[in-house]
Amino acid sequence: MKTVNILICGVGGQGVLLAGDIIAETAIAAGFDAKKSEVHGMAQRGGSVVSHVRYGDRVNSPLIREGEADVILSFEEMETARYLSFLKPGGAVIINRQQVMPMTVATGQAQYPADIVDRIRAQVPNTALCDGPALSAQAGSAKTINVVLVGALARQLGIPGETWIATISSRVPPKTVEMNRKAFELGYDD
Amino acid sequence: MKKLLSGNEAVARGAWEAGVNVVSAYPGTPSTEILENLGKYKEVYAELATNEKVGLEVAAGASFGGARALTCMKHVGLNVAADPLFSMAYIGATGGLVVVTADDPGMHSSQNEQDNRYYAKMAKIPCLEPSDSQECLAFAKLAFELSEQFDTPVLLRLTTRISHSKGVVELGQRAEHTPAGYVKDIVKRITIPAHARKMHVKVEDRLRRLSEYGETFAGNTIERGDKKLGIITSGISYQYARDVFPDASFLKLGLTHPLPQKLIAGFIKSVDEIYVIEENDPFLEEQIKAAGYFVKGSCAYDSPITGKDKVPITGELDPTVVARSFGLQRESSVQPIAVPARPPVLCPGCPHRGVFYAISKLKLTATGDIGCYTLGMMEPLGAMDTVICMGGSVTAAMGLEKALGPEMARRTVAVIGDSTFFHSGITGLIDMVYNNAQGTVVILDNRITAMTGHQQNPGSGRTLQGQTSPVLSLEDICHACGVKHVAVVDPLDLKATEAALKAAAGHPGVSVVIAKSPCILIDKKFKPTLHVDEDACVGCKLCLKLGCPAISFDSARKKSKIDPIFCTGCEVCASLCPKKAMKR
Ligand SMILES: Cc1ncc(C[n+]2csc(CCOP(=O)(O)OP(=O)(O)O)c2C)c(N)n1
Repeated sequence: MKTVNILICGVGGQGVLLAGDIIAETAIAAGFDAKKSEVHGMAQRGGSVVSHVRYGDRVNSPLIREGEADVILSFEEMETARYLSFLKPGGAVIINRQQVMPMTVATGQAQYPADIVDRIRAQVPNTALCDGPALSAQAGSAKTINVVLVGALARQLGIPGETWIATISSRVPPKTVEMNRKAFELGYDD
Repeated sequence: MKKLLSGNEAVARGAWEAGVNVVSAYPGTPSTEILENLGKYKEVYAELATNEKVGLEVAAGASFGGARALTCMKHVGLNVAADPLFSMAYIGATGGLVVVTADDPGMHSSQNEQDNRYYAKMAKIPCLEPSDSQECLAFAKLAFELSEQFDTPVLLRLTTRISHSKGVVELGQRAEHTPAGYVKDIVKRITIPAHARKMHVKVEDRLRRLSEYGETFAGNTIERGDKKLGIITSGISYQYARDVFPDASFLKLGLTHPLPQKLIAGFIKSVDEIYVIEENDPFLEEQIKAAGYFVKGSCAYDSPITGKDKVPITGELDPTVVARSFGLQRESSVQPIAVPARPPVLCPGCPHRGVFYAISKLKLTATGDIGCYTLGMMEPLGAMDTVICMGGSVTAAMGLEKALGPEMARRTVAVIGDSTFFHSGITGLIDMVYNNAQGTVVILDNRITAMTGHQQNPGSGRTLQGQTSPVLSLEDICHACGVKHVAVVDPLDLKATEAALKAAAGHPGVSVVIAKSPCILIDKKFKPTLHVDEDACVGCKLCLKLGCPAISFDSARKKSKIDPIFCTGCEVCASLCPKKAMKR
């Protein structure tokens, strides 16, 4: 099978890294080889965060080559734009409806780009929006946004739902398993 | 059993499987999780060292006793530990001694891009370079065996993408290693010149034997493909090259020092053209070229070797950069959309903010240091002038004073974190006192080593493996170093902090201000959030000077606003607001 490339981006603290772990572990549970890559450290202090996940028969580079991502799963509207060059022609983008102001915008030195979602859509017809804040609230906690988004991604990938739910259940606190299952399903069905 | 592990987790697992007994290390991105994961194994003694030199020396002592010992560090940490590294290269290893260096191409969280393979060459010790998590585990185990077999410390060299990428790893079992016990051998372990001269002869012989070992070592592998193109590579660069050139022949080197020259020569002769693809410095390329293969007549090979003439030396490699180097990247059809940068910032509620606000307000020159607090350099605080290396704040302030006199010193402060002070600030402070300096040192005591992910330190009263230990008092240490004026202040109290800085500057000789308040992320017990009373706010924007991610300015309404998701209720903005507009 051809390697599947998923790039996940967002802002430090949004749960991007855990989402990447869940995707890679699910791919392994489904019988694939998988690798993922991200950088910790400085970036976690409110900076831009990106995680690359790749799975297939044999994965070499843990990093996706520009122009080869099948899906960009973005946790923050503006961050999507930063990584668009990774998308392959005809690739899909999933954008969480959330804006997090960078410091430069908060202090008035820069502007949050207006109609960013429309501008992305104009270039990427296959852009889906996911109202993570609303769906996670419905699931029971804003902390489940990343699992909602994993659900929205899962629908595009063809690995069975139970495999996803099994990894999610193993990665979240035991008390929150039900809530996260619901979050996954809300994202999946959205 | 198979598991998805990061390179760092796999190194820890491999060392554990090899029966490692003693681990001592100072944190540093991207190496930190090796130590943290080793600390979780009850069979292993693992500790947070005060700095990297200490870590390597503790490991060396353990090796003297026949224990298997490991230290790990970020690349610049090896500069700090270089002194014992070079001596241990002569002394050798009794119990296996493994030094892990995690280099940071691309400088994701570092001050330089140094390529630590050169340390292996300079110290004349073997260097192993894994290219994925599975090899991290295998090479960590192997490193102990090589160390004992060849009587040498072994350098295990990772890079950020190896340390922090995850891949599927097949796990094994632990083979217990019982330390053989200490046997006195002064000719082996006392590095006086008379002994060291003999040691050097052994070191050169060891290198020859290691090079011979590399010729048949299973980690140096040839993957036969098209004979038109042969690629010599190692580490993560192998993975990128493999994707970009799926059909080429590969010589993938796992032992990159010393090099297996016969294997390389054979490979070069077997293909038409050679690319050496490696990240940052031309470590392999230089040595391969120095062996003379591409000089006509010196070997049956007469085609030039391509390397750094195409592949960049600066910055991190990735598959895109490798492809672009050889004109193989199809450029994206997507029009770039410009978006504002999102640099890291001091967290909301961070106690460091108060100190930097005071420094900025008093327009002081601040020689800085390395930690979360380096972010104090960012606008709008803009309260840091220099960063050299860990500990360099104290000594740089002293140098400025010695060059420009006490007037300069009264306008200068050195700013250093608690962990950094224990690491290498103390010696600088003693130097200031001893050499009659004038100056102020501010220790940002947030009770933890925050930058690298909240490790304990000598001031926090807990060890890596969860034991309580004596809490070292920074105040007592400064007094013991001979500092007469030591003040402790709460940095969340802006007025008191400013007053303490002013008082310290007015004091003759060396003074220290300890700004003491725990990192907001230690227990995450936030106070109730604040909001802006719009009737009271006059839009003066003073609060924006704090650079708090929770505060922004609504330009339409001309009022400040506080984002309740980010606010931790620290009240620093409330204390600053002249109109008392920040309310619960
Ligand atoms: C020689 C060296 N070792 C390790 C590091 C990695 N490192 C950078 S900052 C830091 C810790 C800083 O802790 P502290 O001084 O307490 O400041 P904080 O981050 O808590 O504000 C470490 C370990 C480094 N940059 N250089």
